[in-house]
Amino acid sequence: MSTDRSARVEDRLFYNRYLLDPGHPHIKVRPHTMPSSELVSMLTTCPAHCYVANDKHQIEVAVDGCIECGTCRVICEERGDIEWSYPRGGYGVLFKFG
Amino acid sequence: MRATGSQDRTRRDLVTAETFDIIVVGAGMAGNAAALTLAKHGLKVLQLERGEYPGSKNVQGAILYADMLEALVANFRQDAPLERHLVEQRFWMMDDRSHTGLHYRSDDFNEERPNRYTIIRAQFDRWFSQKVREAGATVLCETTATELMQDANGKVVGVRTDRADGEIHAGAVVLAEGVNGLLGTRAGVRKRPTPDTVALAVKEMHFLPREVIEARFNLKGDEGLVIEAAGTISRGMTGMGFIYTNKECISLGIGCLVAHFTSTGETPYGLLDRFKRHPSVAPLIEGSEVKEYAAHLIPEGGFKAIPQLYGEGWVVVGDAAQLNNAMHREGSNLAMTSGRLAAEAIIQVKSRGAPMTATNLSIYKTMLDHSFVIRDLRKYKDMPALMHTYSRNFFLTYPELVSESMQNFLRVDGTPKAEKEKQSLNSFVKSRSWSGLLGDAVRLARAWR
Ligand SMILES: Cc1cc2nc3c(=O)[nH]c(=O)nc-3n(C[C@H](O)[C@H](O)[C@H](O)COP(=O)(O)OP(=O)(O)OC[C@H]3O[C@@H](n4cnc5c(N)ncnc54)[C@H](O)[C@@H]3O)c2cc1C
Ligand code: SF4
Repeated sequence: MSTDRSARVEDRLFYNRYLLDPGHPHIKVRPHTMPSSELVSMLTTCPAHCYVANDKHQIEVAVDGCIECGTCRVICEERGDIEWSYPRGGYGVLFKFG
Repeated sequence: MRATGSQDRTRRDLVTAETFDIIVVGAGMAGNAAALTLAKHGLKVLQLERGEYPGSKNVQGAILYADMLEALVANFRQDAPLERHLVEQRFWMMDDRSHTGLHYRSDDFNEERPNRYTIIRAQFDRWFSQKVREAGATVLCETTATELMQDANGKVVGVRTDRADGEIHAGAVVLAEGVNGLLGTRAGVRKRPTPDTVALAVKEMHFLPREVIEARFNLKGDEGLVIEAAGTISRGMTGMGFIYTNKECISLGIGCLVAHFTSTGETPYGLLDRFKRHPSVAPLIEGSEVKEYAAHLIPEGGFKAIPQLYGEGWVVVGDAAQLNNAMHREGSNLAMTSGRLAAEAIIQVKSRGAPMTATNLSIYKTMLDHSFVIRDLRKYKDMPALMHTYSRNFFLTYPELVSESMQNFLRVDGTPKAEKEKQSLNSFVKSRSWSGLLGDAVRLARAWR
């Protein structure tokens, strides 16, 4: 189920243009042993499927496909689960239509 | 790949060495309206935009409201990248297999100066920004403002940016940073949006030949049509789908309250797929080529979520101030109007030679209170809470009941009509009970009033 879902999102992200900024992830997940329910909800709520669970059931984020919507910031930042910033100027997703 | 050549560097140094009257953070609808108005009045304006070009980070449906733009660029119809002027609006209430629709179409909308257009934001914002530059503002792209600089008394005196030596001073800062603005929240002048005050919308651009779009939607020339859809497509969450026609593509998307996403575990792209597969929607986009997948937040908190709008050396405009009318799906016009009014307030203070204090800048709020922006939002102040609390009734139960009644009404099977009506009524009462129905009706009427 989840592989099927992520494959479909990745196909979608493939339409988009990005300027990646390697080594400068704009979102970081705070190290944890047990993820909060908010963090777990990002597995389904992130529209770019950037959040994934590793084999220890911790949540990780890969920002390459991020469309900078801010949803994870709204859900998780207040609790301190994540650190959220915009990418450096000019980097990140670049909409042609928007 | 990236413009970091020497030309860019020289320009950057020049900019940071200069002093400006006003810094506008953001080159979206609100920021452009503010920067344009300020520059036209001869103020020295610096506008910062984090995108590669204005519009590269922005997402909208998108309907443009002509009046609010006309107040800024009177002859915009001459060269703005407009897609189609709208002649028809459809509202759909959907269940999983059908929709009940209300359509309004009028040839009156084929007027010389149409009232509403569809646009493509990435293109429109570039054009708008060009007008800002022509008016004399300095527009610096690829620059993210990271922090508001405050003096010992807490007065905002400029911004820090992510460029090396990127501190820039100004007499006041206009925060036009959009729904997810970081600066205001980091400086503590505004709260971060909460899951129950913002919706997450996902959107795709579907390309089709012009003739196909015109045939499928019954349009000719530059006529356009929009569909707003609510119902079981949002799986009981507060949300709406939309389909807007452009010249050679269709903007299609769906948005739901963030708090409802986290509680239902629905995925945004799953909802989008289901909307696209719906038998009423699928034939409209059949054979299209998708060229972009975008997502963005929409302020949905309404009047009660509006933050403090001004302070020592700053004002906040547009989505960053939650100035968005979710009931009418209007945002860009509130953004443009608030940006313009904030600029006019600053111009007034400046022309008196007075300092940019909170007291002096408070005229911005007075002006906004008298405008349609706050008056409309105040009218619907109780709507968000109603829609968000009773979302399952309004977005699941009623659409299903309406469809059932319509089908019951339309199928001719020898059942006497009086019996059919009774059946439909019984379904409503069974699902919601008399008191439930009455309660919803009263709540809706109160909030709408
Ligand atoms: C899917 C969708 C459909 C919509 N449909 C409609 C519609 O049909 N009609 C309508 O009127 N409204 C619609 N809206 C709402 C409308 O898009 C917004 O209300 C409007 O764009 C708000 O304008 P703004 O200038 O406040 O913010 P934005 O347009 O979001 O602009 C903010 C700008 O600030 C920049 N920025 C942010 N932070 C920084 C920083 N730190 N440094 C530098 N730059 C920064 C961003 O890159 C961006 O360019 C829709 C919204 C969505 C998401
Ligand atoms: S900002 Fe949006 S797209 Fe990016 S990781 Fe967060 S939820 Fe996903």
